[in-house]
Amino acid sequence: MAVVADRQIIHETEIRPRHYLNVNHSFWSWFFTTDHKRIAMLYLGTITVFFLMGGVFALLFRLELMTPEGDLFQADTYNRFFTLHGVLMIFFFLVPSIPATLGNFLLPIMVGCRDLAFPKVNLASYWIFVFAGMFGVGMLASGGVDTGWTFYAPLSTHYSNTSVFMAAMAAFFAGFASILTGVNFIVTVHKMRAPGLTWFRLPLFVWAQYATGIIMMLGTPVIAITLFLVALERVWGVGIFDPAHGGDPVLFQHMFWFYSHPAVYIMILPGFGVISEVIACFSRNKIFGYHFIAFSSLAIAVLGFFVWGHHMFIAGQSVYTGVVFSLITMLVAVPSAIKVFNWTATFYGGNVTLESPMLYAIGFMGLFTVGGLTGLFLAAMGMDVPLHDTYFVVAHFHYVMVGGMVMAFMAGLHFWWPKMTGRMYPEFIAKFNAVIVFLGFNATFFPQFILGWLGMPRRYHAYPEEWQVLNVMSTAGATILGFGFTLAIAYFIWSLFYGERAGNNPWGAKGLEWTIESPPTTHNFHHIPTVTEDPYNYTGREEVNVQQ
Amino acid sequence: MSVAHHVPAKNYVINFFVLMILMIATVVAARFDFGGANLPIALAIAITKTACIVLFFMNVRYGSPLVRVFAAGGFFWLCIMLAFTLSDYLLFTNVMGSPTTVAIP
Amino acid sequence: MSSNSVPEIGPSTPYFAGHFEDVDQKIESDILGMWLFLAQEIMFFGGLFTAYSVYRHAYPDIFQLGADQLNYLMGAGNTMFLLISSLTMAMTVYYTQHGQFRKQLLCFLATMIFGSLFLVVKYFEYKEKWDHGLVPGLNWDPHTVDFAAANLTSPPENLKLYFILYFTMTGLHALHMVIGIGIGIAIFINMLLWKKYGPNRYMAVEMFGFYWHFVDIVWVFLFPLIYLI
Ligand SMILES: [Cu+2]
Repeated sequence: MAVVADRQIIHETEIRPRHYLNVNHSFWSWFFTTDHKRIAMLYLGTITVFFLMGGVFALLFRLELMTPEGDLFQADTYNRFFTLHGVLMIFFFLVPSIPATLGNFLLPIMVGCRDLAFPKVNLASYWIFVFAGMFGVGMLASGGVDTGWTFYAPLSTHYSNTSVFMAAMAAFFAGFASILTGVNFIVTVHKMRAPGLTWFRLPLFVWAQYATGIIMMLGTPVIAITLFLVALERVWGVGIFDPAHGGDPVLFQHMFWFYSHPAVYIMILPGFGVISEVIACFSRNKIFGYHFIAFSSLAIAVLGFFVWGHHMFIAGQSVYTGVVFSLITMLVAVPSAIKVFNWTATFYGGNVTLESPMLYAIGFMGLFTVGGLTGLFLAAMGMDVPLHDTYFVVAHFHYVMVGGMVMAFMAGLHFWWPKMTGRMYPEFIAKFNAVIVFLGFNATFFPQFILGWLGMPRRYHAYPEEWQVLNVMSTAGATILGFGFTLAIAYFIWSLFYGERAGNNPWGAKGLEWTIESPPTTHNFHHIPTVTEDPYNYTGREEVNVQQ
Repeated sequence: MSVAHHVPAKNYVINFFVLMILMIATVVAARFDFGGANLPIALAIAITKTACIVLFFMNVRYGSPLVRVFAAGGFFWLCIMLAFTLSDYLLFTNVMGSPTTVAIP
Repeated sequence: MSSNSVPEIGPSTPYFAGHFEDVDQKIESDILGMWLFLAQEIMFFGGLFTAYSVYRHAYPDIFQLGADQLNYLMGAGNTMFLLISSLTMAMTVYYTQHGQFRKQLLCFLATMIFGSLFLVVKYFEYKEKWDHGLVPGLNWDPHTVDFAAANLTSPPENLKLYFILYFTMTGLHALHMVIGIGIGIAIFINMLLWKKYGPNRYMAVEMFGFYWHFVDIVWVFLFPLIYLI
């Protein structure tokens, strides 16, 4: 603290404000930074690259699906494209998206401390992620993988002749990066809270990150060991899942989904946190049912571990176990529904304004609801039989992952961008873009619900002619969606240089992060704050001065 | 430094000897065939040893409630995975040449 | 934070990084963080234990036959080495907290030595398996196994599965030991040359101890499950 105080004196003698971005411009100051905000920015840059790569693969195979015949790419190439899309998007974009960027940046500020509990571990997490990314690039360079992102044995362990090893190692190490992030978050929330910041004064974003941390820490090691076993079988040709000497491929699915279902919640819970913040701010209203939203995050994190068998209803799982998994899956819909109802109730009596983050958040609520409700179809054992591995499933999880998480990520980025960079993006274009993304998304994925209902299986590069219209619609939507994301990246980068300078609190929002400078100084706070009031202390319908 | 614990060193030594006795017990027990009880006996001894190590060598006995919850959490979660995965295998018909407990009607 | 001076880093003053408010916060954070890391390790090994349980349930006779191929005395000796090293590790932390540098050093040295002894025994065990052709994938020719006497109901080739599990589980455990000894050497050098860890700065030693005890716990389960029953 003494050190901080000294630096503060130096700051005040300078004309240009010193913040975490311009405190030091050298390469090594970024390479070895332990500042959670810089690490968040490093993560943001890295996952954007992976997002673009994954997006390009998506556009490529959507292009193939324009025509019923498999004419643009060979079936093999098509298989690689959808696999690479899945692997990159899930392990390198969705899992780290909000926790590693917004979470890293905001969590220490929201709990009122100077850094995460283990800053060096945080740095290690980033470099492990980059190391994993190198395996990812190695996987691309050596011809990609064609097993689907699920790496099901024995296809992945035995039959595939693509670089499964590289892909498994990429996901393996990316997993450890997220474990370290999770451990850091949990300890920070427990031990680093500012004086007066009780658990029920924490912003809901923090609750969501905490719940995510639990899943990351307890789930990810299981996929690590599973992929390790797959890699072992690839290298030495002997496998634990190999039926030739008594192994059971279904065991692979058990171990894989033990992580990968909870991972779905890694990919949506942080989004819930963002939406809670954005909705409360732009409704100018106290969030409705704070405790319910907070505990529903924990409930989802815990219950999420009891449902993995719903991916295995037709994989040869015991029917009795299937019934249990099916019931608990339906149960998990309850906390999700609680959240949506509470957000909707927050609008009531509020002063709702439609800034760009709010547009994304409202889009999220609609799309996530559709994604969640279609999940119930698939949770029912009987319904799952005809719908399993059809485009209905593809549409369902894209409504949750893209319509949910990516929309929430966009909402969060737009909301906190002024805090992170000190600059405003062009608000009108951003609003326009939110509409574009929403329309493009629905155009892409709604037809896929119908296609799946009609019985179109996923992962094929050719299909009967009568499904062409819907597929062309989907591809057209994907193009619009691609345009939307490119535009967003373009204006974000533009704003870094030419954006209007944002004040400390451009939205008039509540919360510790809005009480400090934009961008924050390296140590976040000049003095550790003492919290005396509840979060979301908005005034409802009363007149609010939005622009400071 | 309120967390610094003042555990006498002799506790560690006692704990060590208890662990050694348990180790010998598990070896001796394995020399006899108790039929279906072999596995439960071995597991019970292993769990007791784990408890000794966690509570006394790792000082969870003297830790805050939070530390105890965190220490128990990992083991508990492993039990979840074991229970649900095994439920599938225990309730399923004979796919791998295994003795079955329940046949699907 | 109460004091206004920058803490000097040394054995006599409480040590903690600048983003913590006080030393208790740092100690509690370290302990919690370490337990979370260990929970992660439990789940990591837990995947293997799940696989073990499933296959053991499916092929009990094969697992009996596999356990008969192992030398349980070597396993018991190794258990003893690990338990002794766990004791000396706990004592190291104790002497660190009490500032008895000589005893601290000796105990830690003993920990490293018994850890290394474990690995030496492991080496001879692996070598024996190699000579008997019991290494799946690299040298698989189980000529010493008497399949006829075992009265198997499961296919004999499933013995491979047992040894895959054996090598993966004990191998990953041994890898943890190697990593532990590697970190231990770094800590030992710090102790020997600079007396870095004392009553006011012992968390690194205690956290290393946690890791070491955890590796011990994994073995406590591996030993009966793989060697004995
Ligand atoms: Cu699922």
